[in-house]
Amino acid sequence: MSTSERQAWSPYVVGAGIGALEAFAFVTAKKGLGVTTPFETAAVLAQQKVAPEASRVNRFIAARDEAPAVDWEFALASGVAVGSWLVARGQGPEARAVPRLWARRYGPGVGRRYAAAFAGGALMMLGARTAKGCTSGHGITGTLQLAASSWLFSAVMAVSAAATARWLFGRR
Amino acid sequence: MFDSPLRLALGLGTGVVFGFLLQKGQVAKYRVIMAQLLLRDWTVAKIMLTAIAVGAVGVYALVGGGHAELHVKPAAFAALLIGGVLFGVGMAVLGLCPGTAVAACGAGRKDAAVGVLGMLVGAGVYVAAYEPVAALGRSLGTLGKVTLPALTYTSPWLWIVALVVAALAMRAVAGSRRPEGASA
Repeated sequence: MSTSERQAWSPYVVGAGIGALEAFAFVTAKKGLGVTTPFETAAVLAQQKVAPEASRVNRFIAARDEAPAVDWEFALASGVAVGSWLVARGQGPEARAVPRLWARRYGPGVGRRYAAAFAGGALMMLGARTAKGCTSGHGITGTLQLAASSWLFSAVMAVSAAATARWLFGRR
Repeated sequence: MFDSPLRLALGLGTGVVFGFLLQKGQVAKYRVIMAQLLLRDWTVAKIMLTAIAVGAVGVYALVGGGHAELHVKPAAFAALLIGGVLFGVGMAVLGLCPGTAVAACGAGRKDAAVGVLGMLVGAGVYVAAYEPVAALGRSLGTLGKVTLPALTYTSPWLWIVALVVAALAMRAVAGSRRPEGASA
């Protein structure tokens, strides 16, 4: 058992903590937890910098609920990295670039793993912004509000992810 | 361009707690996410269902007391179907979801950092292709920002009680025994 597993908390305690954190966010920030909106914000701000005259960026901003800004959600996403680091720094090195499960099927090559991680991340974000939420924004924040959209997204996403995982790693 | 410093500090603090919990719950790890997707380990489901049940009780109680409002996303069928399929494929290939990818990045995982870079590029593609994507997303119609209780003319508490029962049942059935995939 690794250090991180010995120091792990029960999934029920962690889940209850995240549920309580949602309630806290709803009161203090008037928002629930979500991670992908700041990525969209960063993309808008970057495209404004590069091509401020590009009409499609401006039309995008006009169509959005809130003006893009370095906001609460931006700080939230940064905080996630910090909070995770606080726990992980006491657990010894976890810096292996290629996970064991991946290496067993697709080899130890770093380039192949990085290419997959990059493509997977891009596809996932495209999907999240198309549906306006991710495993946090729809999967937890939306489902706990009993939003019809979030339950539909979560079901579709779970089936799609499980089918893809089976295709990638299932028994031959 | 910037939220107030207080609001930014609040967001940062909330994020730190969120990232702390994700890491303590073992879900900022490729093998734990993949073991869930391959149905060999149920840590992710346990955390999510518990969070949903506890959060639903808390948020609906706060809304009932006038201390909070719901923030429901629109139920545009095509956007949710296309988005959900793309999201699922991407998540299985990366082996992390957006929140856990950022958390794994914070913990020093290099492939997660490359995944986060891909997420930034994916967001850029979305913004650049926004108009056709949004038109496609609306193509099957929308129910608007609606909840399941509103759609079925039932009390939200009926649904919340069902969620709490489901979470407790999962705890009773699955318990906290360590699954086979945990140390793989």
